[in-house]
Amino acid sequence: MLDAINTSLFTPIGEDGLIGIYLILNGLKVTLIVTLFAMILGAILGVATTLMKMSSRWYLRWPANFYVGIIRGTPVVVQLVILYFIVLATWDVDKVSAAIIAFGLNSGAYISEIIRAGIQAVDKGQTEAARSLGLSQAVTMKEVILPQAIKNILPALGNEFIVLLKETAVIGFIGGVDLMRSGEIIRSRTFEDSVPLFTCALIYLALTYSFTFMLSKFEKRLKQSD
Amino acid sequence: MIKISNLHKYFGDNQVLKGIDESIARGEVVSVIGPSGSGKSTFLRCINLLEQPTQGEIVIDGQSITAPGACIDKLRQKVGMVFQNFNLFPHKTVQQNITLAPVKLGLMSQAEADSEAMRLLEQVGLSDKASAYPASLSGGQKQRVAIARALAMKPELMLFDEPTSALDPEMVGDVLDVMKQLAQAGMTMVIVTHEMGFAKDVSDRVIFMDGGYVVESNVPEQLFGQPQEPRTQAFLSKVLR
Repeated sequence: MLDAINTSLFTPIGEDGLIGIYLILNGLKVTLIVTLFAMILGAILGVATTLMKMSSRWYLRWPANFYVGIIRGTPVVVQLVILYFIVLATWDVDKVSAAIIAFGLNSGAYISEIIRAGIQAVDKGQTEAARSLGLSQAVTMKEVILPQAIKNILPALGNEFIVLLKETAVIGFIGGVDLMRSGEIIRSRTFEDSVPLFTCALIYLALTYSFTFMLSKFEKRLKQSD
Repeated sequence: MIKISNLHKYFGDNQVLKGIDESIARGEVVSVIGPSGSGKSTFLRCINLLEQPTQGEIVIDGQSITAPGACIDKLRQKVGMVFQNFNLFPHKTVQQNITLAPVKLGLMSQAEADSEAMRLLEQVGLSDKASAYPASLSGGQKQRVAIARALAMKPELMLFDEPTSALDPEMVGDVLDVMKQLAQAGMTMVIVTHEMGFAKDVSDRVIFMDGGYVVESNVPEQLFGQPQEPRTQAFLSKVLR
């Protein structure tokens, strides 16, 4: 057991002479970078898509619905591979950027659904009360609906972040070296299965668990103002 | 002040209002009574276009609000509405609930609105609650804040949609007292209510609705004392036991 750990993580392996833990940390860095920037891109796309979906103009609504439908209806790994090998093939885009774009596009669709659901969960009476006072649709949205919808949206966004973090484990499909892929590299170089795989699993678990913990604290604080 | 002619409202295939003709004079207090599903709430909600009438015309102060291109937001500033479920804004304090609309619509500065809010809160007996959030108020207190919020727009007409139906019995009196004051101060009011005693006391006129029609409309002494229509008699005999 100790031998396996030593070989997998702390002994130079392969022709480049790198140790496993270094590969793991580098992979972890890629996983975190992709997740973070994809989340930012997704949030921007998500807000834009929601606005388009709520528009009264069909030529804004239709593309938004189409986008969300396509993204939700296909696996993210398929979207990633198509984007990198077909859509972005003619441009010289590195794998990390391609992954950020693919996961950003993917999470944008889900985030727009989260925002829509958050807005719809606000009681209809709130809109009626605001409009009955003579406030316009826009002011009602900004002053009355969104401040309440935010409380529904933020916790769900946290969940989306966790989902995204785990989903990035397929970056290896386009040859990107994320946390999961580093584990695979160690596995193929050392023929040790358990240590690299469980190391990856534990790191994912530690990340999602600590994030969930922070999220639940944050949700409690949101609830206090009710 | 309000003239409603031939008002029809469908929800899908379901016809809720089947041709209502009514006039309400300035300063008049009108109660609308009737069984559930009679269309009385829909009728009220049509007056400030929370429901869009399917057919018919509503004229307020000589302006048709059902005409295409009518400025609905401007109209609604003149028509206050109080809801069964209060619909206070939970993320704002009582005072902010009251000042939001007049300030955002540029009718008052924040300072003016604040002092107006304090005056209104005094009027409804809640001056100590200005900085409280709605969640900490009882139902009766919430409804009185909702009335103050509507009054802050200085409306010419107030609509009440079953304002006491969601209240514990011991809270009803406080809300009705505030409404009574308003009526005595000369506010034009249309009140959908199940409080027959209150309707009798306060109203200049009572409208009995059933099945999407106005069945009978009369001064309260007549409508409650000597109802003319069999349906009114049947309804009143059930509720006035």
